[in-house]
Amino acid sequence: MEAIQREAIQTVLDKWQGQPLYLHLETTNGAYAALRSESPMAVCAYIRNGKIRYERGTIAGTGPYRIGLKMEDGWVYAEGLTDWEMDSQGRLLVAGHDSEGRLAIAFELSETPFPM
Amino acid sequence: MEHVLAVFPHPDDETFGKAGTIALYTKAGIPVTLICGTLGQLGRNMGKPFFATRETLPTIREKELRDACAILGIKDLRLLGLRDKTVEFEDPEALADRIETVLRELSPSVVMTYYPEHGVHPDHDGLSRATVHAVKRLPQAQRPVIYGSAVTKNAVEALGSPDIVNDVSEVLEIKLAAMRAHRSQSEAMMEKIERDLQDPKKKEKVEQTLKMERFWIYRT
Repeated sequence: MEAIQREAIQTVLDKWQGQPLYLHLETTNGAYAALRSESPMAVCAYIRNGKIRYERGTIAGTGPYRIGLKMEDGWVYAEGLTDWEMDSQGRLLVAGHDSEGRLAIAFELSETPFPM
Repeated sequence: MEHVLAVFPHPDDETFGKAGTIALYTKAGIPVTLICGTLGQLGRNMGKPFFATRETLPTIREKELRDACAILGIKDLRLLGLRDKTVEFEDPEALADRIETVLRELSPSVVMTYYPEHGVHPDHDGLSRATVHAVKRLPQAQRPVIYGSAVTKNAVEALGSPDIVNDVSEVLEIKLAAMRAHRSQSEAMMEKIERDLQDPKKKEKVEQTLKMERFWIYRT
């Protein structure tokens, strides 16, 4: 992964507008957050292979970045994004890493399902 | 002792806090079989500096696990193919069935797992509960001793002093090598350990933590 290039991600979001996609969206502060007193509790949420289609997809901010996907019936939102890549399988992988390099948020789109 | 069975949900669970004990077994010629539940697909650590992505992490962690097993002398690794963070939501009877099959095949005298409700990570407790459940299906006389790892803050308060404290000094280098093998998960930790070892105020405590491995026997 490398530091986010906003225009490059915007190009991908534009290209995939209106077509069926698979979403992996996740945020976590680590399963041991409470044990290590980093936070009062461990918090994590993820959806893997949510099927979505958006009418407008936008990346915003000056870093860390935000992405919003406006859908017919709702929204997908991600904040705290720092790094990205198009992987060898043509999937858009975007993540937010903290100062220790730990993953705090993942936002991924693919034309084919992510493996289970 | 004939055979040891270790049952843990993530690559690296067999190493952190337990690698020395496993290395002592294999060094003494006691075979150790490891059942690993998931590939730790949702780990937060991605290396430091990070080199894994959410999508490459499972492959990387499986390789790290195989390397750590080679270092620890674990020759029999079995993957359950579950997914990180979902273990507690699987059918506990079906999970116990899979563990029971291995128990009956190997007749281990010791089973290492987390101590139920003291594993901190929900996957730890999900798999340790299934393991205890599987052990309890065996006739009393055939049940292995369960060495439970309790990693909650209140472990001693709730369970008393550990039943077993293993001094693993003689295999410490092997333990550290296994920790390093789990590179994506341990780089940040190893950096801190090596820094603390240079600090006279912290050195002794860090060494004690590395050298002493603690287990609580779960009575069935």
